[in-house]
Amino acid sequence: MIRVELPPHLRVLAAVKGEVSLAVSGPVTTRTVLDALEAAYPVLRGTIRDHGTLKRRDFMRFFACARDLSLESPDKPLPEAVAKGAEPFLVVGALAGG
Amino acid sequence: MARVRVLVGTRKGLFILTADGKRQTWKVNGPHFAGWEIYHAKGSPADPKRIYVSQSTGWHGQIVQRSNDGGKTWETVDNKFAYDGVPETHQWYDGTPHPWEFKRVWHFEPSLGDPDTVYAGVEDAALFKTTDGGKSWTELSGLRTHRTGSQWTPGAGGLCLHTIIEDPQNPKRLYTAISAAGAFRTDDGGKTWKTITKGLNSRYIPNPTAEIGHCVHRIALHPSNPDVVYMQKHWDVMRTENAGDLWKEVSGNLPTDFGFVIDVHAHDPETVYVLPITSDEKHYVMDGKLRVYRSKTGGNEWQALTKGLPQKDCYVNVLRDAMSVDRLDKCGVYFGTTGGQVYASGDAGNTWRAIVHDLPAVLSVEVQTLK
Repeated sequence: MIRVELPPHLRVLAAVKGEVSLAVSGPVTTRTVLDALEAAYPVLRGTIRDHGTLKRRDFMRFFACARDLSLESPDKPLPEAVAKGAEPFLVVGALAGG
Repeated sequence: MARVRVLVGTRKGLFILTADGKRQTWKVNGPHFAGWEIYHAKGSPADPKRIYVSQSTGWHGQIVQRSNDGGKTWETVDNKFAYDGVPETHQWYDGTPHPWEFKRVWHFEPSLGDPDTVYAGVEDAALFKTTDGGKSWTELSGLRTHRTGSQWTPGAGGLCLHTIIEDPQNPKRLYTAISAAGAFRTDDGGKTWKTITKGLNSRYIPNPTAEIGHCVHRIALHPSNPDVVYMQKHWDVMRTENAGDLWKEVSGNLPTDFGFVIDVHAHDPETVYVLPITSDEKHYVMDGKLRVYRSKTGGNEWQALTKGLPQKDCYVNVLRDAMSVDRLDKCGVYFGTTGGQVYASGDAGNTWRAIVHDLPAVLSVEVQTLK
């Protein structure tokens, strides 16, 4: 199972506590993980990726294994530790600054 | 006994204020959707238990909430606002063509007759409609594809469609207002639109009497006399007696005619309220005094209403959707400030008091009169 950690607003919206566990068939990529996440929690559609284009929203970031994966291709395989469930895939709101 | 429910959208959530018909003791419920910006929340005139809420953040975009029980419980409905067809372009700040991009819902206008039918005004400026209670939204693209649409240019606050009014005597007639573009009217249910800007004079655009470019902040009408429409423009308070075909300035003796809100007394179509703001570079009230102005003559002659409002050291703003009236026998008037106060008057503006003091900055105030 893939472990996904959501930011606080999205945990409230999806009515989940802690991490979300997802089954992903085929290659484990940012796209397939988010597809599985949105299928399990339709309320999250449009909140991480734009409707239609599925482009990452500007102020959302994807981290895993101490790396920022936000700018990588959504079809690039995620680190093996994420695919094996040893490490979570983090969906993070960008810092507001100030 | 009648009751009043006030829906207050703020920068950090929705608050619901309730009172009985005396409007003396208020109960504050919230925040709902804590931490999210609530640009607007409005109940259906056809079914007051049905409420629609625009919930958004810069991080997560748009969520639409709906309640069927007056705000006790909520469900999310469709948040996909897809422009009709190939969206084409409007004009960007640098004069280049820019694709239309959905950013957020500024305003929901539930239809007068059907709780499942709602209009949504969005940024980048477009009008959407649902007829299934928010399960799906369809653009009424005749507005955005108006022959002037490609020339609409956002102001500093964005290219937002913020005001929608359904003519209570003619459901095929709608009015909309768009910041930095102008005001528009349809007489065929949204298929085709005409600009209604004749008579407007805006010194901040190259041609002050141009067809588009006027920064309309808010329009309002009284249901008994819907051809008379009032407008608070960026500068100037305006009135038309022919559904927008020609506007005349009615700023009269106002200390400044810059402002955002404008509303009409529930029972007197000639009694109008505005809340003057110093200027477009100082978005706060004049001279440290929070003053509502009321005209009982449909404009031109204005009286300051100050009893119960701070008259020194006050520097708040009152945003375009943040004033509303109830429909009790003695008309109540309500407004919310960027300082987080919601003020109410139970006597048509003669006296005021803050019914809540310390909310986040208020973005919108809508009142429901409940039987």
